[in-house]
Amino acid sequence: MSFAPRNARLRDLALLLGMAVAAAAAYYAFPDNLAFATRVIIMMIFVLSLDFVLGVAGITTLGHSALFGAGAYAAALCAAHGWSEPVLGVIAGAAAAALVALLSGLFLMRTRGLTLLMLTIAVTEVLGELVNKFSDITGGADGLDILMGPIFGVLKFDFRGQVGYIYAACALLLVFAFLRVLVASPFGLAARGIKESPARMRAIGAPVYWRLVAIYAIGGAVAGVAGALSAQSTSLVSPNVFDFQLSADALIMLILGGAGRLYGALFGALVFMSVHQVAASVDPFNWLFIIGALLLAVVYVAPAGLLSLPDLVKRQLRFSR
Amino acid sequence: MNTFASICIDGVAYGMILFMISVGLSVTMGLMRVVNLAHGGFAMLGGALAHFGMAALGLNFAAAAALAIVVVVALSAPMERLLYRPLYRMGELQQVLATIGITFLMIASVSYWLGTSILEIRLPSTLSGAVNLGFRTLPADRVFVIVIGLIVIGALYLLVERTRFGVKLRAAVDERDAAACLGIDTAKVFSRTFALGAALAALGGIMGAGLLPIDAYYPLRYMVLFLVVVAVGGLGSIAGSFLAALGLGVLDTAARYLAPAYGTIFFYVAMIVILGWRPHGLLGRTES
Amino acid sequence: MSAGLQVRGLSKSFGGLVVAREINFDLAPGDRKALIGPNGAGKSTFANLLTGALTPSGGEIRLDGRDIGRLREAARVKAGIAKTFQITTLFQDLSVRENILLPVLERRGAGLRMFRRADGDRHANAEVEALMAQFKLQPFAGVRVDELAYGQQRLVEMAIALALKPRILILDEPAAGVPTGENHLITDAIAALPADLSVLIIEHDMALVFKVARSIVVLVAGAILVEGAPHEIAANPRVRDLYLGSGHG
Repeated sequence: MSFAPRNARLRDLALLLGMAVAAAAAYYAFPDNLAFATRVIIMMIFVLSLDFVLGVAGITTLGHSALFGAGAYAAALCAAHGWSEPVLGVIAGAAAAALVALLSGLFLMRTRGLTLLMLTIAVTEVLGELVNKFSDITGGADGLDILMGPIFGVLKFDFRGQVGYIYAACALLLVFAFLRVLVASPFGLAARGIKESPARMRAIGAPVYWRLVAIYAIGGAVAGVAGALSAQSTSLVSPNVFDFQLSADALIMLILGGAGRLYGALFGALVFMSVHQVAASVDPFNWLFIIGALLLAVVYVAPAGLLSLPDLVKRQLRFSR
Repeated sequence: MNTFASICIDGVAYGMILFMISVGLSVTMGLMRVVNLAHGGFAMLGGALAHFGMAALGLNFAAAAALAIVVVVALSAPMERLLYRPLYRMGELQQVLATIGITFLMIASVSYWLGTSILEIRLPSTLSGAVNLGFRTLPADRVFVIVIGLIVIGALYLLVERTRFGVKLRAAVDERDAAACLGIDTAKVFSRTFALGAALAALGGIMGAGLLPIDAYYPLRYMVLFLVVVAVGGLGSIAGSFLAALGLGVLDTAARYLAPAYGTIFFYVAMIVILGWRPHGLLGRTES
Repeated sequence: MSAGLQVRGLSKSFGGLVVAREINFDLAPGDRKALIGPNGAGKSTFANLLTGALTPSGGEIRLDGRDIGRLREAARVKAGIAKTFQITTLFQDLSVRENILLPVLERRGAGLRMFRRADGDRHANAEVEALMAQFKLQPFAGVRVDELAYGQQRLVEMAIALALKPRILILDEPAAGVPTGENHLITDAIAALPADLSVLIIEHDMALVFKVARSIVVLVAGAILVEGAPHEIAANPRVRDLYLGSGHG
């Protein structure tokens, strides 16, 4: 009996191709909605990073927007100070977010449960307030307007959002591939082990605390990519990138789709953003009814997320025979 | 000196509000081990109902407040049985998600019923003046809130330390399974505690309408605030909630007066420091 | 420098409560020792002191002459001490193969590798296959451990400990909770352990103890009462009164 890693690699490649095809299809199907589609893609990246940190490694956080915001501001500041090439901005965003995650992770990863949850919220709030306070650098409550240069010095962002969409979609594919590889690696397996039982991991000689810090930093970097892309695609950044609502929404999207396997992040983001777009334009408070009911339905009926529905249905059919 | 007095009186009043709203959350989280993000919703419902009572039904403040609290308690019972009971055995994330969903439903209901603007609750005119304590005059509404808060903590102390219900509650919080083995009807303790927490939250919402204005988005806006008080005070500890609420209330008020440019930084830094020093809160118990 | 584990004067108290009193204990390579004693005697505490899960209040622990008393849990694993958990603590959501692969990868220092597949290391895979074969777990290789029978979960516990290639293996109540029909799985597995491995078994199941142990240590109220060959212990009147006479502990 073998492990058949080659089959798994082929399967991953096929799925990546499928995603690229879907992204291309959306590009041609919704030429007037590319701004929205780009937002969906950016959220997918953000929720993927949350899935890695929370779904795979079990770090319960409601403060992921701290890292998103760090990435957004880093990219915006780069552009505002003359380095307006977008890819550079994304790299800067990832690095800044990784740094914030690393520094906060050093004390956050010593805590668990409700304490950890609250502390992640606190870090985000402090960061948001600091950005507000140092308005000379960050533009304060009004934020920063930025002008993005052409990608690689060649591809200019256009008004219809086509270049922006393709740019974001490429980023999504790269991020997804990176995280898939990471989760399938020994590092990723150890992360899953830490989620299942930190005590057991310690008992097999793994330095749990340091692994968690590393995981948080890497996840943070990906969240920073999402934040940077967000700033670049909207050409502006403001303190609402640190909103608690963003962290909560990301968590909802993740649990909605199903945490731990990376696909749930994509699905949950897509469903949430689409329903929000449709419902909120009709009536903002009907949206809350719908999403509230949806959340309750998922938790009580399909706690493993919407992606687990097919399995649940299968199991029900088997029992009813 | 005037600023100092203002900080004290406003801070303590604010702290009392935070305490009244958060104490129920602390006890239910310590007792049922449920992360209940919808708790602020009870404060909002209390405020909304009191507003309705005064504006639409023409009741006076006391009557409207009493009606509001009774209705909230009545609503909390089926909510606990139908929505919360299945959550007791679920994981933390599912609880967070479900209670966020419940919060959304509460917000949507209130906004559908009463709209989205601020729901004013006017305190009776007798409280709009000042109270002369001899050495100072203080705003009557703040004094009123502080007095109510002290009555609440006093009553809670008597309830928890001197009644049979209180004994059962303490037993169930400390050792839930052992309490059940001893024949304590934990389900009844849960639902009664839940109702009590909701009633106190409603009271706090009504009392605090001046400091924390009631509107449909209230639960989301202040959710973090109540959770901070609970986390810092320690789950399940009434005294802890009291200390945390007062301390954080005074700190936040002081910051607002003395260093408004820094916003809520001091509040959250204090929380980080306290939780870093004592991860289970000031008076929380370490889980064995 | 003597091989094996040497414990001298090991003590531990929690405030006023003394749970380990001046324990002297030796475990040579290839030993098969059982630690028995009434509930609350401090057997699990002693095991946790050996693995570093608890820090002692006094005394020293030496492995092959080297003082390991100050090493933390993860470092002691690297030094060669492994323990199974009394309450089965596996990676519930992972398969049997993944449960055993994790400790193999950690031991080989592969825990930080990010760009190769976890199941792509041929040597690690071979080790996992060998361990699964040793414990007759191959048919369940891809099964999630929380879907296994309890007895088999206890075997996965042992496989994880062995995957660490320890010098000292502590089995904390390996048969606890295992239905009598599955007990033989445990005894067979213990019998098949490498000959040069030192094994300490903490058990209440006397039948298992007498089948497997070459010497028995009796622990009472945190201190060693007596140590000797199984038949000596069985015949010892103090032990009888205290423990064996009351039947299955």
